[in-house]
Amino acid sequence: MTPPLFSPSTQSSEVILILNEFQSTAPKLDHTQFYDREKAFDFTFKSAAHLASLFVLILFLTIIASLAMGSFKAIYAFGFSFFINSEWNPVTQKFGAVVPIIGTLVTSILAVVIATPISVGIAIFITELAPTALKVALSTTIELLAAIPGIIYGMWGLFVFAPIFGTYVEPWINSHLGKIPVIGVLFTGPSMGIGILPAGIILSIMIIPFIASVTRDVFEVVPPLLKESAYGLGATTWEVLWQIVLPHTRSGVLGGVLLGLGRALGETMAVTFVIGNSHDLSSSLLMPSSTISSSLANEFTEAVGDLYTASLIELGLILFFITFVVLSIAKLMLFQVRKREGILT
Amino acid sequence: MISSEWARSSEEEGKSLVSAKNLDSVLDWVLLKMLIGSCALAAEVTGAGSTFAYPIISKWADVYKKETGTTVNYQSIGSGGGIKLIQSHTVDFGASDIPLQAEQLTKSGLLQFPIINGGIVPIFHLNSVNELQLTGPVLTDIFSGKIKKWNHPDIVQLNPNLTIPDRDITVVHRSDGSGTTFIWTHYLSQISSSWKEKTGEGSAINWPTGIGGKGNEGVASYVQRINGSIGYVEYAYALQNKINAARLKNRSGEFVIPNAASFQSATTHATWNQSLGFYLLLTNMPGKNSWPIVGSTFILIQKTQIKPEQAKEILKFFRWAYHHGKSLAQELDYISVPDPAVKLIEHSWKTELKDQNDTSIILPIYSK
Repeated sequence: MTPPLFSPSTQSSEVILILNEFQSTAPKLDHTQFYDREKAFDFTFKSAAHLASLFVLILFLTIIASLAMGSFKAIYAFGFSFFINSEWNPVTQKFGAVVPIIGTLVTSILAVVIATPISVGIAIFITELAPTALKVALSTTIELLAAIPGIIYGMWGLFVFAPIFGTYVEPWINSHLGKIPVIGVLFTGPSMGIGILPAGIILSIMIIPFIASVTRDVFEVVPPLLKESAYGLGATTWEVLWQIVLPHTRSGVLGGVLLGLGRALGETMAVTFVIGNSHDLSSSLLMPSSTISSSLANEFTEAVGDLYTASLIELGLILFFITFVVLSIAKLMLFQVRKREGILT
Repeated sequence: MISSEWARSSEEEGKSLVSAKNLDSVLDWVLLKMLIGSCALAAEVTGAGSTFAYPIISKWADVYKKETGTTVNYQSIGSGGGIKLIQSHTVDFGASDIPLQAEQLTKSGLLQFPIINGGIVPIFHLNSVNELQLTGPVLTDIFSGKIKKWNHPDIVQLNPNLTIPDRDITVVHRSDGSGTTFIWTHYLSQISSSWKEKTGEGSAINWPTGIGGKGNEGVASYVQRINGSIGYVEYAYALQNKINAARLKNRSGEFVIPNAASFQSATTHATWNQSLGFYLLLTNMPGKNSWPIVGSTFILIQKTQIKPEQAKEILKFFRWAYHHGKSLAQELDYISVPDPAVKLIEHSWKTELKDQNDTSIILPIYSK
């Protein structure tokens, strides 16, 4: 019987000494014992890491499951009519999600339409035109803007933006755009500064930092060689951007836009402040409406009755799916850019 | 020298050891406090619910703590939430702006009584118009979208001395579920049978027209913002934000100004009934000076109190509030429960509250 070579308190330096000492004489078994221990530790470490990542997956699945379970009563009671019924009546307990779904999609799409050109402009300025000092300052400002909470934008929207928009811009929209046949319907309504259009504009301001910083990043991965060659051949800045940078980064920019869209879809407080929170279906962008997240924020705490609560949870489930799909597409597109750049092999 | 340094360092070590011990004992104490937090020992009463009553309950709690040392911890999570939490025994009392019906009370084993009242007033914003007289039916027509312009003959007829501009009416209502909305729509349903059939009453309803603001402050700020708007808020919000409130015609056919006196008049004309859990909505009350739309916040507590000592702490707080909290209520533009009703309420505590052994919970005699 040989005494145990390694006690739990053995230090690694001692281990080496011992190993050196016994190299010739030590039985083979001790080596394997040592490596077994290391292996066991490594295994534990690996499993812990696996478990940690599994946690995310479990979280994701349980959220879906609890949303589905919570909304079961509403799904059972309304079925598919939940998606085509625009009535939202807590008194008679009849619920349809048309208004919030349309409100969510329209405000978010408006936001993206407004924010994309501005964000791309910012990104172009930062990557191609700005002097270094300004570059850093601008990038930092954009990142700081991204950190401002939605509720601040909401308050600013209601107290500063809405009065100005309602007094100066909306009357103009009413009297000019509102007169155009067919699409004029979209632009007639009371000048309150509160409604779908103001909500879309506030959202666009909120998502500009997101789209701009992603776009800047993807612009920066364009190989300088390509750009330099183009400039060397006498191309203008416009030509380089339009024919070299943008074609090269198309799906990356689109990915950034979709990330912004994802953020706009879920934004709650900023929208709640300026959208007007009405469950009426209307054709005008100047009229109040509601989004899925604003309805949840407004009504969840005071929702009385199982069906009401279940309907609100079903709204949450719908939002979950919409954002999930949008973000998946965004990730896929950004992935493709990186793959092309050889960052991922 | 070395030894003196050593001594100093060991002394410091000793000090830090002592402070670490202190920290430990502080932690122990905090843990202990958390453990016994719900017991009567700590004399802490917890409540949750109505946002309407939050300012007064927290004010009362503040003064009550200074006078008695008992902490009252109230969370304004909304009436619906308050009801859920008292049903699940999570808090000592719930507060709701919507009274529960007698059968609901029996089902959940709860005792209900009003704690505070407040007026709900129509506020409007119309350039060049500062005063306005309205009736219930006209209000109903405005809120159902039948009257769309401010210079509608019905409104002009009620205000012959005013020049009312030709402007669209923007209705502002609550976007969140609210006891205020419940009282308001209850009044409209009482006035108009067509409102009752088509729209009905509730803390959240399907509004025929208008935009929704979150909370009283949301409605108030929308009304301040939009020229031509009309909304409804609790009186304090109209007063604090200096928004014009319309006069209303009451049941006796008089136009009354919304103020503390007219709200008080409505509460004194009410006949509270203990057997129905004091279920009473102070809308359209009789009385020449009564304001027609007054709401109450109701306290909900478990009828069977597992811890009688804790039950006494709860009741002591409310008894103090009834007798001692009147001036505080007045300061915050609330209307206190009239004395005859308080007598009935205190009687209901004696007769209906029991501990697990079915013995009544009797408070020591109150002295000021």
